[in-house]
Amino acid sequence: MTTQAAPAKTTDITVEVVYRGIFQKTLAQRICRGVVLAARRSGHPGTAFARYGDSPERNGVPAKQFAVVAVDDTQLEASMARYEPSIVDVTVAVDDTLVKGVESWAWYGRQPIWKPTKPGGVVIVTSDRTADEIIAQTDKAEKPYTLAVVPGGASFAGLWVYKDDHTDWRVMGALAKVAPEWLPLEHVKALVREQTKDEGAVASVQFGHDATVLREVKPGEGTSGHEVLQFEKPGWTTMRPGIVVDARKPGERNPFYKKYSARTQRPVVNFDTCIKCTMCWLDCPDECFEVTPTGHYEVVYEACIGCGICAQVCPVKDCIVMVDELKFEKNDNVWQRWQSDRESYNRWFEATTGVSVAPPKTKAAAAAAGGDD
Amino acid sequence: MAVEVKAKPTAEVETEQLLTGCEAIAEAIRLADVDVMAAYPIRPYDGVMQAAAKLIANGRMDVEYIVADGEHSQFEIVKHASAVGSRVFVGSSGVGWFYAFEAIAVTAGLRLPVVAICGNRALDDPGAFGTEHNDSLAVRDLGWLLPWAETAQESLDLALMAWRVAEDKRVSLPIAIGLDGAFLTHSQQLVKVPTQAAVHAFLPKYDLGDRLLHPDNPITIAPQVDQDWLMEIRRQNDAAMRKALGVITEAHADFKRIFGRGGDDPFLDEYMTDDAEIVFFGQGTLALPMKVAIRRLRKQGHKVGLVRLKWFRPFPTEATVRSLTRFKAVGVIDRDYSFGSPFYGGVLYNEVRSALYSQAKRPTVVGFIAGLGGREIEQPMAQEIFDKTMAAGRGDLSVGDQCHWVGVRD
Repeated sequence: MTTQAAPAKTTDITVEVVYRGIFQKTLAQRICRGVVLAARRSGHPGTAFARYGDSPERNGVPAKQFAVVAVDDTQLEASMARYEPSIVDVTVAVDDTLVKGVESWAWYGRQPIWKPTKPGGVVIVTSDRTADEIIAQTDKAEKPYTLAVVPGGASFAGLWVYKDDHTDWRVMGALAKVAPEWLPLEHVKALVREQTKDEGAVASVQFGHDATVLREVKPGEGTSGHEVLQFEKPGWTTMRPGIVVDARKPGERNPFYKKYSARTQRPVVNFDTCIKCTMCWLDCPDECFEVTPTGHYEVVYEACIGCGICAQVCPVKDCIVMVDELKFEKNDNVWQRWQSDRESYNRWFEATTGVSVAPPKTKAAAAAAGGDD
Repeated sequence: MAVEVKAKPTAEVETEQLLTGCEAIAEAIRLADVDVMAAYPIRPYDGVMQAAAKLIANGRMDVEYIVADGEHSQFEIVKHASAVGSRVFVGSSGVGWFYAFEAIAVTAGLRLPVVAICGNRALDDPGAFGTEHNDSLAVRDLGWLLPWAETAQESLDLALMAWRVAEDKRVSLPIAIGLDGAFLTHSQQLVKVPTQAAVHAFLPKYDLGDRLLHPDNPITIAPQVDQDWLMEIRRQNDAAMRKALGVITEAHADFKRIFGRGGDDPFLDEYMTDDAEIVFFGQGTLALPMKVAIRRLRKQGHKVGLVRLKWFRPFPTEATVRSLTRFKAVGVIDRDYSFGSPFYGGVLYNEVRSALYSQAKRPTVVGFIAGLGGREIEQPMAQEIFDKTMAAGRGDLSVGDQCHWVGVRD
């Protein structure tokens, strides 16, 4: 592939949209429907569907929707009555933190974002970061692909609302750029014009088309810092009878399901200002916090979905700070670092969070620290 | 954990008592040392409720007796009790059985050895109390083992067999014994009630092993799964149902050895079939009037017999084929219906035809729907069944391979 998509039109094209469950459900649906409806203008039949296993979606848990367009109904049949295409031509990630890997309800184990993308296919990411910054956080490529970066941050909304910040139209423009043989730009613009009656939306399609940066990724590019989580599915003769699953013993965490790919931000703890009040430990819905020998509470990042409740309930200002997930490469726990070299840890905390390691501010914290307030 | 077996003031000799089918089941509950039973009244199953309550009130039985707020809770209670290691009993009838249907389905899915009776009763509407087998048969595809009793004695015997087979780790599936309403549930017959010692020798303690739901054995049961898992789980149930045939055969042999009853074959009860050319095939109490008819017909020189099916699930295909291919024609009598089914036949009729289909030599099969809603099978009806089966055996295709309603007013 050069900077343009393969010119030879095959029998069909499959686009997947990887998104944050609930928050981006409507966004993903609009993109997938847009692909089918835009291709229809060239006379092609298509289908759009959400991966059944992702439902019911959970906040932030990675999910997928698909659009398949084919030259005719017969060709389309191979893509019908499926849960999930095993190979896709284009992967769209509508939140750049998803490039760290995806662990969904519908799978077992974390998978690289490019896993189902065919060799020479395209991975489109909406991001304000550069292509190189994104590749640095993406699993080491095992096949060549083209990374396409659509300018713009992640578009989040809730279950019942949709915030149309034109991410859908910019992504449609990017799709017209990488797959013009299926989605001619003029057809996409015509569709959006008809649907929105808004020239601003049409302009966003054009902007997405023009501003999307393409970057070839060669095998071996990317990080090997992410954990490889694989899971063997047992057969009926090896499975325990009676639908019995080994439960986790007290203190043990699930080795098969880690949850952290649901995270867009992670909590970072200032152990110097922590008053050991237990609130984070108590209120964490995923029981992420472990008590350290010093009586502090540290986050087990493999289990943390980044919901931010700990930061909300913490009574000490800036003791727990939520930080963009793409700033981190590993899930290592950090309390040991603080314990062995407090100065170094605090400098890292300040650089990472942008918050200075200040003395305790609240009365409670001051009292707990024996302060003079 | 299971309630400890306590010494009970049981006479250590086998006694003969005049009991209804329901009372015989209650005796089996006592003898099996059931830990938990859940009850909710509906006729004719409720005879067991009353009989069990009496045994408890009289100090003859120690069982956790829970009266539920409906059949659904009733079946959920025993399912959960079974999961935590209790031997359980439950039962219902007709639409009550249907009200529990969700719990009934999940019990089989979970492989929990719940033992139930279904006091067979016509499904509403119209409201009716008499027997029809459609209540039990509604669960035929779900993984419940379904034996049918002919007499009060067989009710007691099948119940003791039921715990042994259901709780066997190779099977671990629920069982619902079919008891014909009124004819069996509410009619008193002479029943040999075995000794506790004999029952202990036959029936081992309930042991779920590493599937026991207990804090010392942390497991999750019945999680939500997706398409990656369900087929393997269904296949396990299929394997368990296949193994049940062998486990029933073993249990039947042990039962015969210990109690001296049970007949030659665990699955089929044959009557006057040695030289028979024509046989009737059915289950439950309809065997009784048909045996009367057979004796009468034999006096007239007809070579006719009866094959009574004792276990509908697992369906004893091999035994049925081996038996029925010996005859010229088989009249299958269904005390049930399956509206719109092939040839508009009953459930049993189509099962038998399916079992015989691949046989090179097979009898002509005639279906009869009779005795619905508890209508008595009278001798003229038995005669009509015989005449049509006989005609089919002679090659009269206007009666063979199809189904007839018998004893219904035009």
